[in-house]
Amino acid sequence: MSVLNNSRGDTARDTTRDAARGASRTPGPRKNFSAWANRHRKWLFAAPAMIFVGVLIVFPLAWTIYLSLTDSQGSVRAASEFVGLENYLTVLSDVERFWPAVGRTLTFTGVALVCEVVLGMGIALLLWRPFRGEKWVRVAILLPLVATPVAVGMMWRLIFDPNIGFVNQLLGMIGIPPQPWLSGQDTALGTTIFMDIWQWTPMVVLILLAGLTSLSEEPDEAARMDGANAFQRFFFITLPLMMPTVIVAILLRGIDALKTFDILYATKGKGGGSFHEVETLNVYAYGLSFDYNQYGLSSAVLILFFMIIIITMWLLTMRKKAVSK
Amino acid sequence: MKRRSIVKYAAVAAALSLGVTACGGGSGSSDAKTSGTVRVTLANHVWTDGIKAAIPEFEKATGLKVELTQLGEDQLSDQYNVKLNAGSDEIDVMMYRPLQEGKAFAKNGYLADLTSKVSADSNWDWKDYQDGPVKASTVDGKVVGVPIITEREVLYYRKDLLAAAGVQVPKTMDELEAAAKKISASNPDTAGFVARTGKSAAVTQFSSFLYSFGGDFVDASGKSAVGSDAAKKAYSFYGGLIKNYGPKNVSTDMSWPEAMAIFTQGKAAFYTEADSLYKNATDPAKSKVSDKVGFAALPAGPAGSKPYNIPSWGLAVNKASSNQDNAWKFIQWATSKDRTLAAQKAGVPGPRASVWADPAGTSTYPQDLADAIAASAKTGVGHDRPEVVTVGKAREIVGAPIVATITGADASAAADTANDAFQKFLDSEKK
Repeated sequence: MSVLNNSRGDTARDTTRDAARGASRTPGPRKNFSAWANRHRKWLFAAPAMIFVGVLIVFPLAWTIYLSLTDSQGSVRAASEFVGLENYLTVLSDVERFWPAVGRTLTFTGVALVCEVVLGMGIALLLWRPFRGEKWVRVAILLPLVATPVAVGMMWRLIFDPNIGFVNQLLGMIGIPPQPWLSGQDTALGTTIFMDIWQWTPMVVLILLAGLTSLSEEPDEAARMDGANAFQRFFFITLPLMMPTVIVAILLRGIDALKTFDILYATKGKGGGSFHEVETLNVYAYGLSFDYNQYGLSSAVLILFFMIIIITMWLLTMRKKAVSK
Repeated sequence: MKRRSIVKYAAVAAALSLGVTACGGGSGSSDAKTSGTVRVTLANHVWTDGIKAAIPEFEKATGLKVELTQLGEDQLSDQYNVKLNAGSDEIDVMMYRPLQEGKAFAKNGYLADLTSKVSADSNWDWKDYQDGPVKASTVDGKVVGVPIITEREVLYYRKDLLAAAGVQVPKTMDELEAAAKKISASNPDTAGFVARTGKSAAVTQFSSFLYSFGGDFVDASGKSAVGSDAAKKAYSFYGGLIKNYGPKNVSTDMSWPEAMAIFTQGKAAFYTEADSLYKNATDPAKSKVSDKVGFAALPAGPAGSKPYNIPSWGLAVNKASSNQDNAWKFIQWATSKDRTLAAQKAGVPGPRASVWADPAGTSTYPQDLADAIAASAKTGVGHDRPEVVTVGKAREIVGAPIVATITGADASAAADTANDAFQKFLDSEKK
């Protein structure tokens, strides 16, 4: 408005008039907006988050559900027909790829999670009491956590190479014959689980350590007075008190482990190897959409996968509530 | 007043959300039209390195600007899947694999029809292109791409190991097996033979064996032929070579980088692979055996020596691009006779007959490789994988018996299983 007025050349008078109008008389657009914003502030402040959730979570999810009910393939823009639950029936009756992938996903998550929590608890207990050089040890333990998963995959692939890898050379020195590791049909999944444990135990340590440091010392001291040994104190005092934290660690790590993709893809490529030996649900869904371009089928797998995650997490949260009581 | 402001804010919110979704998509598509920027997406390849260095020439000559995106093979596929699926116009020129993606892309309507453009300029000369590559770049009678790189499967071998064992360069598959057996027996640390082993990756290199044994993926009537006697023999031979004379603890996930590494580390005597990768074996920076590598045409099987002879990469124009004329200008320049010759001299076999006829075209090649290529071009087969729409899936099906044989399973049973699965797959594609 001031620009418009300037062109007429009488700036001073207009500025005064503007000021006067803004101060008292008819509500200007700005005032109008403030009043509106005031009335609706709960919506206004929540709007960025709501738009974010809507655009990046609700829309993709709804679109995936829609795709899973069509026979979309080739291109998502190509004409596709509504086929109802046919994709789900196809997927659920697929014993060649789908069910083995479910099995692998659960094995991977289960084994990795148990090892990570047990190891994580052990390491956290070691780091709990202050000791000399504590800072350095903590930093060193956290290093795997900050490495990029794809780089980690490439690194372990070289270390585990059956012919020129470091591990087999090391084994050779003590007279153990070379093992196939990542390239073996039966050993590949175990090797990738090991890589996951190597990379993610530090995160569990971090969470558990935070829990341990917030525990009060009294119960432990009282038990000590009563003559309880270290094992008894851990299993009957520390562990029960730590249970809520342990479940948080399991929850966070569990979701992450279920949807692991990067290290599997980096070490075994599309399809999880020639025998699909490390093909989890995530890798399978990726192959279905990016390699086979079967978007309907792939969406059905993803929705089922989503439901598996939700159910697992719901069970864990129930457990957490029970423990907290 | 109140209602109007609500409408206003809703509009802003909608614009914002649209903006967010468009983030991944393109900014400046209209810029491309007005400023003459050609957006080119290329794969990591020796060919790309050459073009990249020459792009300033093109920019100077035409006044156009080139915006280059360079990606690894898998990332490139994923990019196309995402962007072309979304109908994005932010790619003008795309490097693609005619035999892997050509049919699917054309069917999905991602590729612009270049038929009238290729025949318009007689100086550029579409007729100069070899038949095989032209056929692979044509879908349903329409030219959808211009081939840039061609490949044939040849035999890489170690001259020193052959001389030490006193064996001749094998001319037949039987001789190859005997030589591999002899060398691996006398050199415990060296494999007699290595090749790709990954279920999908091995299919292309296995194809030449399949043809040389008298088979193919699909028979004349369009039915699956991977269960034929010839195919069973080929599976058993290829898998058997790797199982019996291949590296110890051989991985079943090897594509060319892994198999090439074994050969260039000096751990194998014979290796069958695409000729376009020969620099990896002869470049001292990449190969420990660079001065000891020899090349020969693929040994002859019962049906003769029938390697594939295919265009592995081509250039196409995105149908959704609003800059198709400039995109074509770029392709015309990048595939000109001069550029093809320059690329071929840098070690990238091209698709132009005139460049192969020109002595300068093969001047930088080892003589034995040039001979092998010339022989393969004569007897070559125009495809190295099943010619279907969903090639990725087909490769996994027909590749399964290769891996099964390598791990010691019965080739014949595996081929029968694959045959049923492949027939089902072919039926599903017909629908």
